[in-house]
Amino acid sequence: MKWWKTASVALGILTAIGFAGCGSEQAASNADSKGAGEFLNVSYDPTREFYAEFNQVFTGEWKKESGQDVEFRQSNGGSGKQARSVIEGLEADVVTLALAYDVDEIAQAGLIDKDWLKKFPDNSAPYTSTIVFLVRKGNPKNIHDWDDLVRDDVKIVTPNPKTSGGARWNYLAAWEYARQKFNGDETQVKGFIKKLFQNVVALDSGARGATTSFVQRGQGDVLIAWENEALITLKDSPDYEIVAPSLSILAEPSVAVVDKVVDKKGTRKVAEAYINYLYSENGQEIAAKNFYRPRNKAVFEKYKGQFPELKLFTIDDAFGGWTKAQKEHFADGGTFDQIYQK
Amino acid sequence: MLRLGQVIPGGGFALGIVFFYLSLLIFLPLGAFVLYASGMSGESFIRQVTDYRMVHGYMLSFGCALAAAVINAVFGLLLAWVLVRYNFPGKRLMDGLIDLPFALPTAVAGIALTTLYVENGWLGQFFYAAGIPSAFSAVGITIALIFVGIPFVVRSVQPVLRDLDGSLEEAAAIMGAGKFLTFRKVIFPELVTPLISGFALAFARGIGEYGSVVFIAGNMPYETEIAPLLIMTKLEQFDYQAAAAVAIVMLGMSLLVLLILNGYQHYRLQRLGA
Repeated sequence: MKWWKTASVALGILTAIGFAGCGSEQAASNADSKGAGEFLNVSYDPTREFYAEFNQVFTGEWKKESGQDVEFRQSNGGSGKQARSVIEGLEADVVTLALAYDVDEIAQAGLIDKDWLKKFPDNSAPYTSTIVFLVRKGNPKNIHDWDDLVRDDVKIVTPNPKTSGGARWNYLAAWEYARQKFNGDETQVKGFIKKLFQNVVALDSGARGATTSFVQRGQGDVLIAWENEALITLKDSPDYEIVAPSLSILAEPSVAVVDKVVDKKGTRKVAEAYINYLYSENGQEIAAKNFYRPRNKAVFEKYKGQFPELKLFTIDDAFGGWTKAQKEHFADGGTFDQIYQK
Repeated sequence: MLRLGQVIPGGGFALGIVFFYLSLLIFLPLGAFVLYASGMSGESFIRQVTDYRMVHGYMLSFGCALAAAVINAVFGLLLAWVLVRYNFPGKRLMDGLIDLPFALPTAVAGIALTTLYVENGWLGQFFYAAGIPSAFSAVGITIALIFVGIPFVVRSVQPVLRDLDGSLEEAAAIMGAGKFLTFRKVIFPELVTPLISGFALAFARGIGEYGSVVFIAGNMPYETEIAPLLIMTKLEQFDYQAAAAVAIVMLGMSLLVLLILNGYQHYRLQRLGA
């Protein structure tokens, strides 16, 4: 009896260790079981409707061009979480994320070439968006610019920049406005941002959550939001208005081919065609219809009416790129943490 | 002498399966994040986990979980009592509803609770009128944890209460004990053990709860950031080590609490048994 007991315990432990050893390969082959005819675009939350439409159109295009039947799939979620899934083995052919920072992290992990930003035109961002204010119909609190957000009687809804990619754009837009207003005096800028965040009623963990707080629960007087999210909300409901601040940030959601995955699956050609099609006139039009600002001038002119006019700056000009901005503002001990320290 | 466990044939094999199963499902995942954190130096580990923001997060999570577990112990006992001892229409339905917090996806619970308890929500308006901020505050977090924790207490106490020997109460009554004295001296001591295990489960669940809490918490730094949210913010910065470090501290503390409560239970059983 005794040897049997010892042996089976040992067997149990050994098998467990064995499982641990091949754990990483297992994750990879799981994702692979999708087969060669499938293609995965890992994206962030608000692009759901956009890529649903885009994939449908591109399926036909690709069939015409190559004769192949490929099933184009998408996965949506918080941008940072999506990037982590790819790093941990989700076999994405392309990623279309909210921030260059998240794509950089995947590149750091060795899955994407370090020079990805230069692979496609316009910083590998085929469409852009910006940050605007959503207020209640009639603008009862008379909110017109960032200055109004630091008034004592205004309550703000915005997600937490620590957990939401979109919220980081919000924060940087406000920061740059304050920096120009106070001629770069950092103490005053921080004071402004601190005041702004004191007016925030709740920091939801994601952009969609913040929209729910503002729209469904009637929290706050103003939602700092993605322009495309604000326009979608407006389309569904007439109870809101968009207010464009005098200055905002040009949000450039990044796209990239996941080199390691496409080389393994042999899908580089279709992945590159997919992203190039985003830049085509047709692709740009689909983006514009889903409230993203197209890069193509002609298409933008056509849809100009739906986008509020405002002055835009880029993160490269104002903050020297994402890596630097992330480190200075959102890493532990950065300016966002500082404004909350007593 | 034949030991009790060996009555069932294949005891050694069963033990092997159990070991394998536990290794795969519990020890390995736990080991994995200890491994993640082991890349840090001891100094940076200490610095990470003793940062004021983290400490505030643990205190908030533990405090709210404790408050919710205490409230659940009191009302869970009452609920179990009513469900076992009384008959009323709809009792079956009510009994079934107790498990709802187990079944409901936590995010759904969180969104529903937040909608109810915000300043202009159905229930929130009364709380706010009374000067209690019932959303985006520690009170809100506690409300969410009460919701997810209640079945643990009810389901621990209920079977014991149901199987309680009625003749003891009869004896107490014959010997002249009043209702209160009977409850205090005869019934309650029997319920302490299941009550503690229900309390411990509700408490442990509350410490780690994320899904239902993030919506109602408001997530304000240094105010309503629960410890699991801080783990998420670390992950969002791709800082796996720091996330694992905070997780280890939380796990260690939960384990300690569970051990103390189990130890106390064991001690009680021994004393009662003697």
